[in-house]
Amino acid sequence: MSKSLRSPLGRARGLGSAKDGTHHWWAQRVTAIALIPLSLWFVASIVRLAGAPLIDLQAWAASPVVAVLLLILVVATFQHARLGMQVVVEDYVHHEGVKVAALLAINGASLLFGAISAFAVLKLAFGG
Amino acid sequence: MAAESKSSAKSHPRPLSPHLQVYRPQYTSVLSITHRATGVALAVGTLMLACWLVAAATGERAFAGVNAFLGSGFGRVILFGWTVAFFYHLGNGIRHLFWDAGYGFDLPTAEKSGWLVIAFTIAATILSWALGLAVLGGR
Repeated sequence: MSKSLRSPLGRARGLGSAKDGTHHWWAQRVTAIALIPLSLWFVASIVRLAGAPLIDLQAWAASPVVAVLLLILVVATFQHARLGMQVVVEDYVHHEGVKVAALLAINGASLLFGAISAFAVLKLAFGG
Repeated sequence: MAAESKSSAKSHPRPLSPHLQVYRPQYTSVLSITHRATGVALAVGTLMLACWLVAAATGERAFAGVNAFLGSGFGRVILFGWTVAFFYHLGNGIRHLFWDAGYGFDLPTAEKSGWLVIAFTIAATILSWALGLAVLGGR
C-alpha cells in the first residue's frame, strides 16, 4: 500500500489513468442483458409480421408500449454494437492513425444510424 | 534506465508471444472467435435494420422496395445468415454472462455449454423460419 504511487483518492475511485475504469466493460454487459428480452421480442414480432402490409406494421408501432420498446431496442443495439466494434478495432488495428480513424468512423456511424433508426421509429409511431 | 532499456529494445527486438496460426484451432477457441465474427456481422446488420425502419417510416413504395429485396433469393440468404448470427451471438452472449458471474468456467462445462449454444442456434433458427414461412404462407 505504502509503495503504491496512487493516491488514496485515486485508489478509492478506481478509475486508473484512463479515467474510465470498468465503464466500457460494464456498459457492454448492461446493454447485453437489456438486449436478451428486447431482441427476442423484436424477432418474434417480425416473424408474426412477416409479409404483413405496411398498415399492420404502422398499427403495431403506433402502440405506446411497442414504440418505447423499439426506441430502447435501437439505443441498446447501436450502443452494444459500437462498444463491440471498438474492442475489435483496438485488438486488430495496430497502426495508430488508422485505429483512431476507424474508431471515429465507428462512433460516427453508430450515432448517425442510431439516430436515423430512432427517428424512423418515432415517425412510424406518430403516423407521420 | 528507461532510455537504456529503450535503446536495447531497438537493437534486440523483444521476443513476441507466438501468433494465432501456430495453435491448433480448438472447439472452444473456434466458438470464441465465432462470437466476434457474428458480432461484427450483426453490427453490419444494424444498417439493414435502419434501412428497413426508414423504409417503413417513408411510405408504401419504399417499404415495398425493401420488402422485395428481403423477399428475393439473395435477401433471404442474408436474412437467414442474420438469423443464425443473431441466435448464436445471443446464446453465446448468455454463456459469456454466466462466465462473467463466475459460473461454468471449467473446461468440461465450457464444452457442454458450447454444444448447448450450437443446438440452441440450430433449433431457434429452424423454429423462427418455420413460423415465419407459415405466417407468410397464411397471408
